[in-house]
Amino acid sequence: MTSTALSHKPVRWGRVAVHLGCLAALLVMLYPLAWLLATSLKPADEVIASLNLLPGHLEWSNYSTALDGVNDVSIWRLLSNSLLIAGGAVLGNVLSCSLAAYAFARLRFRFRGPLFAFMIATIMLPHHAVLIPQYIIFNQLGLVNTYWPLILPKFLATEAFFVFLIVQFMRGLPRELEEAARIDGCGPFRSFFQVVLPLTRPALITTAIFTFIWTWNDFFTQLIYLFDPDKFTLTLALRSFVDASSTSAFGPMFALSVIALLPIVLFFLAFQRFLVEGMASSGVKG
Amino acid sequence: MTTTAIPPEAKHAPATAPKRRPKREREGAAWVFLSPWVLGATVLTLLPMAVSLYLSFTDYDLFNPPQWVGLRNYTQMFTEDPRYWRSVLTTLTYVVIAVPLQLALALVVALALKGMKRGKGFYRSAFYAPSLLGASMSIALVWRAVFNDGGTVDNLLGTGGWVNKPGFSLLAVALLTVWQFGAPMVIFLAGLQQIPAELYEAAAVDGAGKWRQFLSVTVPMLSPVLFFNLVLQTIQAFQVFTPAFAVSGGKGGPADSTLVYTMYLYDRGFVASHMGYASAMAWVLLVVIGVVTAVLFRTSRSWVFYASEGDR
Repeated sequence: MTSTALSHKPVRWGRVAVHLGCLAALLVMLYPLAWLLATSLKPADEVIASLNLLPGHLEWSNYSTALDGVNDVSIWRLLSNSLLIAGGAVLGNVLSCSLAAYAFARLRFRFRGPLFAFMIATIMLPHHAVLIPQYIIFNQLGLVNTYWPLILPKFLATEAFFVFLIVQFMRGLPRELEEAARIDGCGPFRSFFQVVLPLTRPALITTAIFTFIWTWNDFFTQLIYLFDPDKFTLTLALRSFVDASSTSAFGPMFALSVIALLPIVLFFLAFQRFLVEGMASSGVKG
Repeated sequence: MTTTAIPPEAKHAPATAPKRRPKREREGAAWVFLSPWVLGATVLTLLPMAVSLYLSFTDYDLFNPPQWVGLRNYTQMFTEDPRYWRSVLTTLTYVVIAVPLQLALALVVALALKGMKRGKGFYRSAFYAPSLLGASMSIALVWRAVFNDGGTVDNLLGTGGWVNKPGFSLLAVALLTVWQFGAPMVIFLAGLQQIPAELYEAAAVDGAGKWRQFLSVTVPMLSPVLFFNLVLQTIQAFQVFTPAFAVSGGKGGPADSTLVYTMYLYDRGFVASHMGYASAMAWVLLVVIGVVTAVLFRTSRSWVFYASEGDR
């Protein structure tokens, strides 16, 4: 009896092979992360001498050294600097990009077509084409070495990618809802805030998460705008290990790397659905 | 109040004509919604583009007023600066290695996951994770250590550390980009799932094998997504910075082998304070990316197939 049941369901060796292939690929891909975690717990002499991935004994002092901070700046300072910039960027992007997106998706105005085309074109614009004059502007305003150059542009919808993402989402919402709201006497502002915005939540969450992760990881902008060590973010603090050639601080350096990566890992674990689907929807719907 | 008022001209309009709010009021609202974007696009995009074009014809060190020098930055770049050409060649090499490898890997994994009943969600997320983590300085530092003399790759292949070898250092940087194939993979996967199953059934009825189905159904149906990934990843690859900075210890070495274009631009503008020269470099990058994108769009007419054209 069992043998006939089995004959109906033969083992699909092709499928097994695909799974094995995927697992093998994952193992290779996750190796650098495992290496990072292992090295952050290794004593100094093991980092260079030992080829084992697993540490001989766990060197937790790497983490306490990392918690002391870098260049006399405490890690809490670095962490709150990073959080302030990322938080400001999230608020700015969600607010300004959703406002612009609503106009492009739903309202009529003169030059809408050309302006929309221009907005799309700025997605492809290399950052470096505007970098130097932006730096000069912020320099003239005396804002270099403050957080303004990192946060203010986000309040002006300069990240067109997110405007586009939200436009795509809003276009999928039924128009009837706003028409009903209009009949009930809602102006464009009320129908935006009370009808459209709540329905756009998935796109806004995607925008918020991506903004947080990209700002947290950003290196170049922070590198050119921030000089004072006590204004540094975690990313910039890690930079000071870039030129250091000595490997004596290897353990603490990778302990700090783990700490800097932790918020992204947590965001990823909590919001992976939004992240993966947000990325998929940005490319597929035309 | 004004919402219910009928505009004068509407009174004589046929009863079937839709009642519209006065146009100007809605247009005004649109500009309010748009105002942050308009301000940003003008002050932080258009104006800077014009200014950087102007600065590219000057000598400017940020402290003294810009000195007009005509085309000198450009002629110096093209004829007297071997490091400039070095950075161009490095970037092109990097783009040509990293982008095709990354897209090929993304497509292979997406195809493997496509028909999966179990574990698809898990794999999709797991393969996507490096795309988010890989842009960080943390991972760039790991990369440098793993590919360094005495690092894992050295122990495995006995190549003696790629980071210090001019022939290998750029490959290490490119592999960090390839490692982040998750974003294009997710987009490929979403595209694959939108291909109607009937097309495969029809092809199978016509006697097409798996390979034939791939060439005649999957490739043409996926070509818009492939094109999208190609354009996006190419544009991004031209602007690579952080991994090259970290792997080379911020110097672009060894022997300028990881001196990518943006790193040399950073070096000229923000380390050497030649803002005019860096602006000229930025404009050349803008033009090159524009030309490359235009060429990709132009060739796409012959290989990108839009099935849904017309019935949308």
